[in-house]
Amino acid sequence: MDFPYIVEPRRDTGLYNAKLGIWLFLASEVMLFGALFSAYVLLRVGAEPGMWPHGWLNVYIGTANTIVLITSSITTVMAWVSCKLRQYGRFKFFHALTILLAMTFVCIKSYEYHDKFTHYEITLANGKFADGHLVERSKDFDLAKKTGRVTIHGHEVEHEVELMDMQRPEARHIQREELTIPATDIKKMERYGPWHHTYLAIYFTLTALHAFHVICGALVIGFLWGPGSRMWKTDPERFTNRVEVSGLFWHFVDLIWIFLFPVLYLL
Amino acid sequence: MNNSMTMNDGRAPEPAHSVRGYIFVFIALLAGTFLTVWASFIQFGSREINIAVALAIASVKAFLVVAYFMHLISERKMIYCVMGFTAFFFAGLMGLTIWSLSPNSLVHMPHVP
Repeated sequence: MDFPYIVEPRRDTGLYNAKLGIWLFLASEVMLFGALFSAYVLLRVGAEPGMWPHGWLNVYIGTANTIVLITSSITTVMAWVSCKLRQYGRFKFFHALTILLAMTFVCIKSYEYHDKFTHYEITLANGKFADGHLVERSKDFDLAKKTGRVTIHGHEVEHEVELMDMQRPEARHIQREELTIPATDIKKMERYGPWHHTYLAIYFTLTALHAFHVICGALVIGFLWGPGSRMWKTDPERFTNRVEVSGLFWHFVDLIWIFLFPVLYLL
Repeated sequence: MNNSMTMNDGRAPEPAHSVRGYIFVFIALLAGTFLTVWASFIQFGSREINIAVALAIASVKAFLVVAYFMHLISERKMIYCVMGFTAFFFAGLMGLTIWSLSPNSLVHMPHVP
C-alpha cells in the first residue's frame, strides 16, 4: 500500500505529510520548553532578594557553544541546498560537519556539567563558607565520622550571599587558592548539582532536555548521512524532504539555545 | 532578504540563489551573539533593562532562524495556522505566568519564607 503525499504536496494544503507533521511536533515542543521557561520565571522571581545566582556559568564556554550551534544550523541548511541542487557529495560534507558540530556541543556541555559536579560549597563549623573545585580528598575522608580532610581550589567567605553574584566587580578580584579543610571543621558539604540551588535545578533541567534534543537530532542526521542515504539513489526527492524535515528540527534546537544562553549564562 | 527567497510551488524557497541569504543570516546570528554578550556586561541602570535588551536581541536572532533557516517567511497558510495557534497559547502561558506574579491576580501565591 502506498501512502499519498509522502513526496508530492497535497493540493489543498500545499504540504507533504512529513512537513506538516514536523511543524505540529515543533508546536508541541514550543509548549514543552515554554512551560519550563515559565517555571524559570516563577523560580527566579520567587527567590529571596540577592539569592539568585549570577556568573555561576562560564560565559566564554557558553558563547563558544552558541557559535557551534549557529554554525551547525547553516551547515544543515547547506546540506538541504546541496540535495536540492543534486550535489550529493556536498550534502555528505555539510551533514558530516553538522554531526561533528553536534558532538562538539555535547562534549562542551559535558565539560560544563563535570565542572559543576566537582564544584563544592562547604559550610564550615565556624559559620563561614568555603567554595571551590575539589582537588583531593584524603583516603580516610568521611564527613559522617568526621575523619580525614578535603582540599579544594577556591576561596572563603563570611556569608553565603557573597557566593551568589560572581559578576560583581569585587568578585572578579577574588584570590583563589588551595584550601585544606579537616572534616571536623565541616558542617555541610554539597556539590553544585541540581539539588544545591533552584537555579541549578532549572539549569540542569533545561540544558539536559536541550542536550537530549541535540543528541536525538544528531542521531537522525547521522542516520540520513549514513545508512539512510541509500534512498538518494532510489528516491532523491523523498530523501531531500527527509533532510528538510530533520533540518527543521535542528533549527528548532538552535532556536531554543538562542534563548537559553542569555537566560542562564548572562542574566 | 533578496528576492530569491520566493515560493517554490508553495514549499521551501529555491535554494540555488538563496545561499547568500543564508550566509548573511549566519553572520547576523554571530554578530547578535557577540552583541548579547557585550550588552550583558554593560550596566543599563537596572537588571530589568539588561534582561529586556538580552531578550530583544534573542528575539531578533530567533526571528532570523525561523524566518530564513526554517523558511517560515515563505511557508503555506497551513503552517501559519499551526504556528499562529502555538504563538497564541505560548503568549497565554507567559501572560498567565507574569499575571500570577501580580498581588492582584487570582492565582497569586503569597510568599512563604
